[in-house]
Parts: sequence; C-alpha cells; structure tokens
Amino acid sequence: MAENPQRPQRARPLSPHLTIYRWPVTMATSITHRMTGIALSAGTIVLAWWLIAAASGPESYAVFATAAQSIIGKVVLFALTWSLCYHLLSGIRHLAWDLGYGFTVRKAEAMSWLVILGSVALAAALFALALAGKGGFNA
Amino acid sequence: MSMETPLHRVEGLGSAHDGVKHFWRERVTAAALVPLSAWFIWAVLGLVGANEAQVLTFLARSTFNVPLNAILMGAFIVILCYHMALGLQVVVDDYVHSEGAKIFLLLLIRAFGFAVAAVCIYALLNIARAV
Repeated sequence: MAENPQRPQRARPLSPHLTIYRWPVTMATSITHRMTGIALSAGTIVLAWWLIAAASGPESYAVFATAAQSIIGKVVLFALTWSLCYHLLSGIRHLAWDLGYGFTVRKAEAMSWLVILGSVALAAALFALALAGKGGFNA
Repeated sequence: MSMETPLHRVEGLGSAHDGVKHFWRERVTAAALVPLSAWFIWAVLGLVGANEAQVLTFLARSTFNVPLNAILMGAFIVILCYHMALGLQVVVDDYVHSEGAKIFLLLLIRAFGFAVAAVCIYALLNIARAV
C-alpha cells in the first residue's frame, strides 16, 4: 500500500454527491418538489379530517375549525398551502420538461426561480385573502 | 429454468419490471390534478371561516342537476391518492435497497392511499346524502 486511501496526499476527484456539488437552483427545486410531495401526502390526513368532521356534525366540525384557527393550525395550513402551490407549479414545469420544453440551462434556471418565487407569492396571497376575510365566498 | 433469454424477459420493461406504466400514470394523474388542484384551492379559500352547515351546503349544492362540487372533490381525492401512492413509491424505489423493506413500505404506501381515499369518499357520500 503506497498510501492510505482515506487520506490522499492531495485532493483527488470524488464521485458526485449532494454534499460535494455546488447547489444549482435546479437541484434545490428538484429536491423541494419531492419534499413538498411527501409533506402533501401527510396533508391528506388533514383533508380527510376536514371531510369527516363536516360529515359528523356541527360539534365535530367545531373541533376541526378551532384546531385550524389555532396558531399551530395556521402554521400547518400555511405549510400545506405553500407545499401545494409549489408542487403544482413545479409539477407543471415537470410536465413541460416531459413534453420536451425548457431544457436549456438558462430556461431551467429561470423556471426554477419562477417556481420558487411564484409559489411563495401565491401562498402568501391566498393566506392574505383568507386572513383579510376575503375567503368564505363559497359559504 | 426458463428457456427465455434474459433480454427477452426485460425487453420493453426495464429494471422496474413494469416498463413505462408507472411513469405514464404519474404524468396522467399529474395533468389531471392541475385543474383539479386549482378548483380545490378556490373551493377551500371560499370555505375559510365557514361552519359545518355551510360546508355541507357547498359540497352538496346541485349544479347542472348534480352535486358537482362533491363530484369534483371525489375526483380530486381519488386521483390525488393514486398520484400520492405513485410518487411515494419513487422515493422508496430510490432510497430503500433491501427487497423486504421495500415490499413492506410499498404495501404500507398503498394501504395509506386506499385508506385516505376510502375515508374521504365515505364522508363525501354521507355529506351528499344528508343535504
């Protein structure tokens, strides 16, 4: 053995891995797409709770409504709202890619920023409408 | 021992053994969920602060002589749960390398998807009937 492979005398090329790469924005959006998908999967429990509460009568629904209007409830609902906005916008981008559009580095990076900023703006706008009392138009 | 060559066995199916079926279904459900999610966001924003009776009225409301909102909610939930199971499977396929754990997690994911869909549809049927 000429040298310890754990301690090379000078930096050797390493196989690519998450911790090695400089993070391009497209990598961040790809990982976030998966993370928001997992978060939304957990969020289906909230959706099921909402429908079951509505089907079970006013008392059950009041329990759900109280939880939804609490601080923790609002934080969870905002996280789910943003996750849905993000996964929706990012998903549209993935569908465009599947059709062969937007593959140049410039376009892919521009679309990444559009998805990030667009999802934050959309989620913030939805929450602003809800908190300003502009929601509830279907009631 | 099979007389089939390994090449013939995998031809058109690839390493996942089911070809592009999974990929294609994930895309079809995704495309369907684009308009359905937009509808869902509109529906939920419109029900912020509503009480139980108002939620029931909205979901069971008759549009074009059918409870359109309940139908759209049902379609959203079924396609969502299917898309969820397909998507979570990819995470397991990517990161879980032991065959036993993989099969267990895939069964768990599908059971979860079926359970959420079943619970939601049961609730919707009750809501559509009650009003």
